[in-house]
Amino acid sequence: MSTVEAPAKSRAQIKERTLRKDNWRLYPLTTFVIFTAWVVYATVRAFWGSAFYVPEYHYLTPFYSPCLNDICGNVVGQTGQEGSAAEFGTFLPESTRGWIPFAAISLPFLLLFRLTCYYYRKAYYRSFWASPSACAVREPHGKYTGERRFPLIGQNLHRYFWVAAVLISLINTYDAIRAFHGKDGGFGIGLGTLVLVANVVLLWLYTLSCHSCRHIVGGRLKNFSKHPFRYRMWGWVSAINQRHGMYALITLGSLVVADAYVALVAGGAFSDPRIFN
Amino acid sequence: MSYEAKFKVWRGDDGDGELTDYTVEVNEGEVVLDIIHRLQATQAPDLAVRWNCKAGKCGSCSAEVNGMPRLLCMTRMSTFEPDETVTVTPVRTFPVIRDLVTDVSYNYQKAREIPSFDPGDAKPGELRMQQVDVERSQEFRKCIECFLCQNVCHVIRDHDENKEEYAGPRFLMRIGELEMHPADQADRRNIAQDDHGLGFCNITKCCTEVCPEHIKITDNALIPMKERVVGRKYDPVVWLGSKLGIVKKGQDTPSA
Amino acid sequence: MTEIERHSYDVVVIGAGGAGLRAAIEARLQGKKTAIISKSLFGKAHTVMAEGGAAAAMGNVNANDNWMVHFRDTMRGGKFMNSWRMAELHAKEAPERIWELELWGALFDRTKEGKISQRNFGGHEYPRLAHVGDRTGLELIRTAQQKIVALQQEDHAEHGDYEANLKVWAETTVTRLLKDADGKICGVFGYVRETGKFVVFEAPAVVLATGGIGKAFKVTSNSWEYTGDGHALALLAGGTLLNMEFVQFHPTGMVWPPSVKGILVTESVRGDRGVLRNSEGDRFMFDYIPEVFKEQYATSPEEGDRWYDDPDNNKRPPELLPRDEVARAINSEVKAGRGSPHGGVFLTVVDRMPGGAAEIVKRLPSMYHQFKELADVDITKEAMEVGPTCHYVMGGVEVDPDTGAALVPGLFAAGEVSGGMHGSNRLGGNSLSDLLVFGRRAGLGASEYVDGLEARPAVPEDVVAAATTEALAPFEREDGENPYAVHAELQQTMNTLVGIIRKEGELEEAIAALGKLRERVANVGVDPVAVGDGGRGYHPGWHLALDLRNMLLVSEAVAKAALERQESRGGHTRDDHPGMSAEWRKINLVCSLAGDPSAPHVELRRQPLTPMRTDLLELFENDELKKYLTAEELPGGPAGEAETGEAEADEAEAAAGSGATAAGAAENEEGDR
Repeated sequence: MSTVEAPAKSRAQIKERTLRKDNWRLYPLTTFVIFTAWVVYATVRAFWGSAFYVPEYHYLTPFYSPCLNDICGNVVGQTGQEGSAAEFGTFLPESTRGWIPFAAISLPFLLLFRLTCYYYRKAYYRSFWASPSACAVREPHGKYTGERRFPLIGQNLHRYFWVAAVLISLINTYDAIRAFHGKDGGFGIGLGTLVLVANVVLLWLYTLSCHSCRHIVGGRLKNFSKHPFRYRMWGWVSAINQRHGMYALITLGSLVVADAYVALVAGGAFSDPRIFN
Repeated sequence: MSYEAKFKVWRGDDGDGELTDYTVEVNEGEVVLDIIHRLQATQAPDLAVRWNCKAGKCGSCSAEVNGMPRLLCMTRMSTFEPDETVTVTPVRTFPVIRDLVTDVSYNYQKAREIPSFDPGDAKPGELRMQQVDVERSQEFRKCIECFLCQNVCHVIRDHDENKEEYAGPRFLMRIGELEMHPADQADRRNIAQDDHGLGFCNITKCCTEVCPEHIKITDNALIPMKERVVGRKYDPVVWLGSKLGIVKKGQDTPSA
Repeated sequence: MTEIERHSYDVVVIGAGGAGLRAAIEARLQGKKTAIISKSLFGKAHTVMAEGGAAAAMGNVNANDNWMVHFRDTMRGGKFMNSWRMAELHAKEAPERIWELELWGALFDRTKEGKISQRNFGGHEYPRLAHVGDRTGLELIRTAQQKIVALQQEDHAEHGDYEANLKVWAETTVTRLLKDADGKICGVFGYVRETGKFVVFEAPAVVLATGGIGKAFKVTSNSWEYTGDGHALALLAGGTLLNMEFVQFHPTGMVWPPSVKGILVTESVRGDRGVLRNSEGDRFMFDYIPEVFKEQYATSPEEGDRWYDDPDNNKRPPELLPRDEVARAINSEVKAGRGSPHGGVFLTVVDRMPGGAAEIVKRLPSMYHQFKELADVDITKEAMEVGPTCHYVMGGVEVDPDTGAALVPGLFAAGEVSGGMHGSNRLGGNSLSDLLVFGRRAGLGASEYVDGLEARPAVPEDVVAAATTEALAPFEREDGENPYAVHAELQQTMNTLVGIIRKEGELEEAIAALGKLRERVANVGVDPVAVGDGGRGYHPGWHLALDLRNMLLVSEAVAKAALERQESRGGHTRDDHPGMSAEWRKINLVCSLAGDPSAPHVELRRQPLTPMRTDLLELFENDELKKYLTAEELPGGPAGEAETGEAEADEAEAAAGSGATAAGAAENEEGDR
């Protein structure tokens, strides 16, 4: 080696973890609080086993869709009306209540879809794992291997969970359509219908704005010009993909709102304001 | 409209050094680099700083201002309160030469390991590419190589030992640029994961946050590359298909 | 004794901008062991600042375009002072150079057919500029950089060493070209900025590709590297500089805030309803319409404003006068005390567009962002402060058009540092293609020169010792003057006295001032830095002290040539000689060094311009040639033109010259924008 070129050197030794003066803790902290609260709420509700269906108006909470427990087949509403939320069969015996969520098939996939989501990964790596908590803030770990080994290499399966999420969103859409149900058995709209519809629309926005979706519809192509339709789809997905993180957060809220609304109406806390029938 | 600002500038070489206090005049409309130059001209003639175009186009004056990786020429003094102490330190991820100047040779080393553009047997003037096909790679080619993304990436910022196996956002993006280049013939997906450490990236998006060119490094380069790598390496359907001989496996390009 | 390391190469390229990289690529492709020496990091060269595009007559957008049209445009732009052979080679070879870039990975914007898109630009008859948005220079640098990496990868595969045949010496400055006893180039002497250690590169061929001289001026769009190193190195090695008086100034550069002083404000701001006002709020350009232009320009703001929407029935506003007129007007206003607070004038589009702020952002997006991001000025609400800024030097090292060889055996030059190609004024877009065409030719020329050598010249010890002493001198001077102060004064002198508008008296004053500055430059001193051995590691003050010699030499060359040339042409405007003269067109001004080698001074000599080859001359209409050439030079001789007396002829030429400038204004030679 030549001598005029620089000898090996070391980095600037700065002992502070970071010299940032802005409130960089805010993001990981709020994320931590929101996610934890949501997980607690969702866990409680998923195992609750009641107040999930309003038979009068066909309101089914998304946390219980598809509803697979025997109990789903016969729900008695506040007015005494009976109804069934089991649109896809009931193969969970009543005895599993409290142990297995009624939506035993969909919930794990929805959870895995969100767990492997590129937005959520960023959010929980930052807020739960502090890897890193914020940009240019030293992380507390001695070693870092990233997503190269088990279990984190499993993050690469995101696209399969996305397919599952699309199927489940179809079911949620079906639920929302069923919720256009009036007192007299025909068509009807209540506030609950709007809540469920809004939730489904947001869920679709979240699901379709997924990075894997963007890849599948067109991102994987080398030449867009040879696939004009897929290019257009890619354009649409790219447009909503920019707000993927926002939709991820909003749908957390909308799921809770939809579920809590159904729970409160089903539990008789208040009655659903009707707009039409 | 000028005032005396309090500055802390890291001075030293070969790792040893400390934050030195300065009080220096600041005039309206100035950027941090102007203040560093004023220090050079008035108080610290040997203060080392690397700079060049002073217009945010060359990417030379990378440093950290109040802990955040920034271009000194693109950090306006008006973003600070007059009574605020402004701390300027060299980028932390690379060895320091002196004061604010660091040895960024890691980046040039990594650049050499990525197989170059391969046009196959195209002839001069005969390439035909549509605008929609070049736009994705054009975004990445806006890169001014300031290496702030490399600096902020915790994979090497906090874990020097990963430098060997990890090319960093700038060069993973370079792989993405070539993969999306409509005329390129090589397949770098395998080496992106195996040799250049794409799997280290946990998409915490700091590279995108600090990019002065506002390139969406994570969303448009790194995640699409991850998805492409999944298609090549981790997709069980593709794997099964290739085992059964339905899906044809292409040729992987080795690292250079 | 200072330890000096030695490295041996076949070709050493000084400068890592477009021309330098292209030259190095060519030398390496010719099998030569090549070094690139760069003051900055690899890939940071000033070329990245070029925005508009690279002119090449590919005919992708308009099939009528070809090299002959491009050649004509280039000659007109340069007011026929160009080296016609260079203009010819440039026009012919530019398309190949652009296509070659594409095979190296460049991604230009495309046409609908998928070809390289080409845009219109001032002075180019057809859409001709290959471009990538407004960052074409960056694309060019990055592509060349990546091609070099590709070549290094080939070498690595073969020899196990990336740098076996092509090495980039980043952050290394050359202070002297070394010659052997026969007067041939035998190497270069320089220092590595990081350590301050000296290094000798032994090489029989050296290519200068160091760019321009802008840092000799106070207000410039050029970066710090542009200290005229190549110009000065060539002079010091016995080379010559051609037509250094031709310096391109842009009338509207940003003057404030200080961080962005000199950065260009594109002329389309004025084309898009932007108006110039002084500190009293007057739209002063109406007071500065010269007699010859009275017919073409509006006399009232109302009429001028109507032009934007109905250019056929109204006269254009005087903001769109030729750039030298605009610059002259701005100069006068500032000198009369009616300038803006920071020494310019106001350029404003506020309340000028029917669509309000939204339309400003839509029509001038890059300007909006430039001011917003760099200056925190919202041009939809505030006026911009602008003034003339030094942009490009047309003059440079006198070279052989085909090989880039300078007068010194073994020395080559390409790009902005070389002279001749652009004549008295460069067309926008011709600079990027210039870098590629002549970068390659210089690399090729250097390689052929090396092949033709019987023996490699050895580096004599005494020249290395002399270079070392010279480089260390600033440390030896006790109580030496602060180099920053001397630099500031040099810049101020050049800016005010040898700026965009020149006068005999001011130029004489400048030459006297430069004489005094020469003594001060010889007496600048610096202290060693506190750390590192030798105290020379990354020492900005020392670097500047050494660069000052170069800036002073080029300043002297510019000032002396500007005093000598008694006409106004292209990038040289003499207030006291406003017309263009066909007699002066025949004369190249050549600078060389004379006097005591330890304190040489610039000497000027007149050299006749080589008459244009007949087949090239025939590409022009006789009527057009009459504007530029003397009657004797016209094809077919002076027959029919001889009845006017010589004095009258000169006057006629002068008037024609102004007319040509007016045409030039419409063409709008906009530099890189």
